[in-house]
Amino acid sequence: MVKICTANEAVKDISEGMCIMIGGFLGVGTPDGLVQALVEKGTKNLTVITNDSAFPGVGVGKLQDSKQMSTLYTSYIGGHPESGRCMEEGELKIVLTPQGTLAEQIRAGGSGLGGVLTPTGVGTIVEEGKSKIVVADRTYLLEEPLKADFALLKAYKADCHGNLIYRFSARNFNPIMAMAAKTVIVEVEEVIAEGTIEPDNVITPGIFVDLLVKGR
Amino acid sequence: MTQMDKRIRIAKRVAKELHDGDVVNLGIGMPTLVANYLSHGVSIVLHSENGFLGIGPEPQAELADKDLVNAGGKPVTIQENGCCFDSAMSFAIIRGGHVDTTVLGALEVDEQGNLANWMVPGKRISGMGGAMDLVVGAKKIIIAMEHINKDGTAKIVKQCSLPLTAQAEVDLIITDMAVIAVYKDGLHLIEIAESTTLEEVVAATDAHLHFSEDNIRIF
Repeated sequence: MVKICTANEAVKDISEGMCIMIGGFLGVGTPDGLVQALVEKGTKNLTVITNDSAFPGVGVGKLQDSKQMSTLYTSYIGGHPESGRCMEEGELKIVLTPQGTLAEQIRAGGSGLGGVLTPTGVGTIVEEGKSKIVVADRTYLLEEPLKADFALLKAYKADCHGNLIYRFSARNFNPIMAMAAKTVIVEVEEVIAEGTIEPDNVITPGIFVDLLVKGR
Repeated sequence: MTQMDKRIRIAKRVAKELHDGDVVNLGIGMPTLVANYLSHGVSIVLHSENGFLGIGPEPQAELADKDLVNAGGKPVTIQENGCCFDSAMSFAIIRGGHVDTTVLGALEVDEQGNLANWMVPGKRISGMGGAMDLVVGAKKIIIAMEHINKDGTAKIVKQCSLPLTAQAEVDLIITDMAVIAVYKDGLHLIEIAESTTLEEVVAATDAHLHFSEDNIRIF
């Protein structure tokens, strides 16, 4: 059985300087209750790994508004003007990574791999500082794995063992982040009885999940 | 010609490049219009990089689903034969060559098929999102854009001066003035738009265009 708690209880062990992965794509599939609890807790100096900084007041954008991040690994900050400004003025270290590379770095982190070889970014500024490896005449960049202390995720439904299912485009980075963090907290719309998710339909196995929080 | 007329002309011409059954990723903005102009009998499968295949039309506002948006965050629908997946799978589909065609806008394209469409030094940066993966991974890369910038400067150039999105990946450039194919030896002008002249296209292009006047078609 996975412990079910409130959002505030779930984030209590997140402390200054930690690395947090947060699911979502422009706010869709982001655990809003957990992000809100982290904002209320006020923990600073966080390294956040997430697809995008969403919009002001939306999803991960709230952590941009509250200036709780010191480093942000992401693919897109165009929805939140403050991210761009903070990057220009050096207030926030932003590592921009192609979205598919970011996904593979996270997948590699959770899969025990030493990284991945991707052709994406060859011949662009993305290749700066990275090893280039040629396999069968094609050049690839070595992209290193990403891991985190915590993952804050959103799923549609969980059973009491933490087996998860998602809804439409709210799945995005959540399943891969579930594998790549030491402690995985999942906000769900509903916790349903054991046996109500067919084993074949489970998207994220419950073994990855540490805490469940009931959200919207 | 109004801005909208130009965009529709481009979208209609891009639509002719798509075949029945193609898996297609349309960039945000003007490329999205292409889906409205598919030839009769052509049905395509639209890929959305935030994790599904089978994008359907925009819903009426009251039917919007909070969990169903396109890569620009706008509400969409999903077709009955659609399917959902995570971001790693989504980009495996892209990078693995399972997307037949992607249609994207550009800031600059050059004679080698290099593309710059994600950043302008000194201007606020947005990030590349999924564009770099799409341009490297999709089988056919179509650039859909206005032929020149608003200030009259060329977007099709000898060599890109802006930071690249990808190197030598562009296959076809479709603008309001022309259709240009990118081959190993450079840019080949294959069609010009109705009401446009060859001289106008050449003057609006800062790259060398290969063509033989007799073979240029009108679109």
